Amino acid sequence: CSQLFSILLGEQGDTQPDILHNDPHARHADDNGQNHLEGQMNFNADSSQHKDENTDIAENLYQKVKILCWVMTGPQNLEKKAKHVKATWAQRCNKVLFMSSEEDKDFPAVGLKTREGRDQLYWKTIKAFQYVHDHYLEDADWFMKADDDTYVILENLRWLLSKYNPEEPIYFGRRFKPYVKQGYMSGGAGYVLSKEALKRFVDAFKTDKCTHSSSIEDLALGRCMEIINVEAGDSRDTIGKETFHPFVPEHHLIRGYLPRTFWYWNYNYYPPVEGPGCCSDLAVSFHYVDPTTMYELEYLVYHLRPYGYLYRYQPALPENIRKEVSRDYKKEDPKV
Amino acid sequence: MLSESSSFLKGMMLGSIFCALITMLGHIRIGHGDRRHQHKHHHLQAPNKEDILKISQDERMELSKSFRVYCIILVKPKDVSLWAAVRETWTKHCDKAEFFSSENVKVFESINMETDDMWLMMRKAYKYAFDKYRDQYNWFFLARPTMFAIMENLKYFLLKKDPSQPFYLGHTIKSGDLEYVSVEGGIVLSIESMKRLNSLLGIPEKCPEQGGMIWKISEDKQLAVCLKYAGVFAENAEDSEGKDVFNTKSVGLFIKEAMSNHPNLVVEGCCSDMAVTFNGLTPNQMHVMMYGVYRLRAFGHIFHDALVFLPPNGSDND
Repeated sequence: CSQLFSILLGEQGDTQPDILHNDPHARHADDNGQNHLEGQMNFNADSSQHKDENTDIAENLYQKVKILCWVMTGPQNLEKKAKHVKATWAQRCNKVLFMSSEEDKDFPAVGLKTREGRDQLYWKTIKAFQYVHDHYLEDADWFMKADDDTYVILENLRWLLSKYNPEEPIYFGRRFKPYVKQGYMSGGAGYVLSKEALKRFVDAFKTDKCTHSSSIEDLALGRCMEIINVEAGDSRDTIGKETFHPFVPEHHLIRGYLPRTFWYWNYNYYPPVEGPGCCSDLAVSFHYVDPTTMYELEYLVYHLRPYGYLYRYQPALPENIRKEVSRDYKKEDPKV
Repeated sequence: MLSESSSFLKGMMLGSIFCALITMLGHIRIGHGDRRHQHKHHHLQAPNKEDILKISQDERMELSKSFRVYCIILVKPKDVSLWAAVRETWTKHCDKAEFFSSENVKVFESINMETDDMWLMMRKAYKYAFDKYRDQYNWFFLARPTMFAIMENLKYFLLKKDPSQPFYLGHTIKSGDLEYVSVEGGIVLSIESMKRLNSLLGIPEKCPEQGGMIWKISEDKQLAVCLKYAGVFAENAEDSEGKDVFNTKSVGLFIKEAMSNHPNLVVEGCCSDMAVTFNGLTPNQMHVMMYGVYRLRAFGHIFHDALVFLPPNGSDND
């Protein structure tokens, strides 16, 4: 009887993809009725405190590649969504800011003094970057924007960015091809600007090189980037696999999950891949991640692992880091 | 009128006597008498760091190869989509994996058990595996197709366990006097346990094909009863923090429960870092687990492990 039950329960989830976002710039169906979680989140939870784990390289990169993350959220979503971001990946940013239309001293969240809503996203983005520029420019090398339903693996972002110079005008994300010649980066999958790119972006609004031309945040930003000569970078890993993802792993890994008529197949700048080739081992981000999936990803990335397993993909350490590390680990072969 | 009611009463009496008898029969427990326990502990733990440091570099490869796990997956035709997912994912990491089906299925290779009774399937599968592979494998893992298992973590768990001892491990449940390994979490038997089990399979008094007089007893309980006769006792497998490593639920379910029970420590309170099994997965979730376990990771976190496992040949999702 219990077996029957578990089989019944097991077979249920797979038949229909539950959320297919029909518009690349669609925001999220406002979920209602999510359980209001009480109590404080433990913000010191897990910074790789495992006994047999060596995190020297990750820590080294943390110092070398400073990333400020700002998370696009709103008053209604602080408890529903942003809270779980804060409990998981946000702690791994060198600095994290939660950007809302209004200030919340307790969370804490920065008030951008905009309204809420889909059409405000570009305003919020412009103001958020201005705020970051005015208050934290010297505190980081790279400036990442994410949504409150984006899951980011900071170590992998640092590995990606370690090869680049933050004084160069460049930005990275999941590159889309339409509308902008050099492409533009998907908003939901998150994108990251170099210090120079941030300076130029903020400056562009002061000098009217860029304006609030549309409410489609990622596209408008991408157009601006092209105008101010900030390069749209290639964020794929060393074997060509994408690192920023506009959907959750399941949507990318399962062949046929995203129907052929779906906008995604025509938007991707590089040839899109479904199945195991979709995603780098060193993925940087996933989008449309609900709270449960945030914690699941946290468990899969930072906790559960196959003991003793020699991963197929063994990318090299960045040159500069390698030199420092080889001094410490002369005999051992660091398996990354 | 009186004679009718008296025969009615007689009928009622007889009926209720029979009812009581039958109920009593159904409750007869098979007595075991006194059995000396082979193991002191009922909760087995994974080795800890100090033990690992004593193993030298050269010994690691040798040691890793010394674990030979044979995977038995019991399937039925209706499980076909799960079966496909299991074939394409974690079973590639078994030293050998075979599917034992209730009946022949055209799509996939399997060993036909010619019965859809789970206990009979289990018995036949264990007998088949033992007869054919007793010399080639030292550990036998039985699973259902709703499960995801991590063989590397199983081998790590077995690191200090001698297969010539009668081990019978997994997620245990106590039912009255009987402690048994739940099939929902996966069942691990050492070669010694297999030997003892197989010696009893032919003895109906000890290991009946139809256990339980009236109600059917689940196959995992039947197995436990049978093994108990052979002096093999169930042990719950836990990590060094006391967390179960064989799980009867999926990661998602654990997370959901943790979010409502202890929202401050969702991930920490969830599951073992060295988990061996999860259950209740859909085929899609198997593929996600495959990526999440064998590929997705954070750069710069290095582990110095006592064992070394290479990725299997001809596989592209790990």
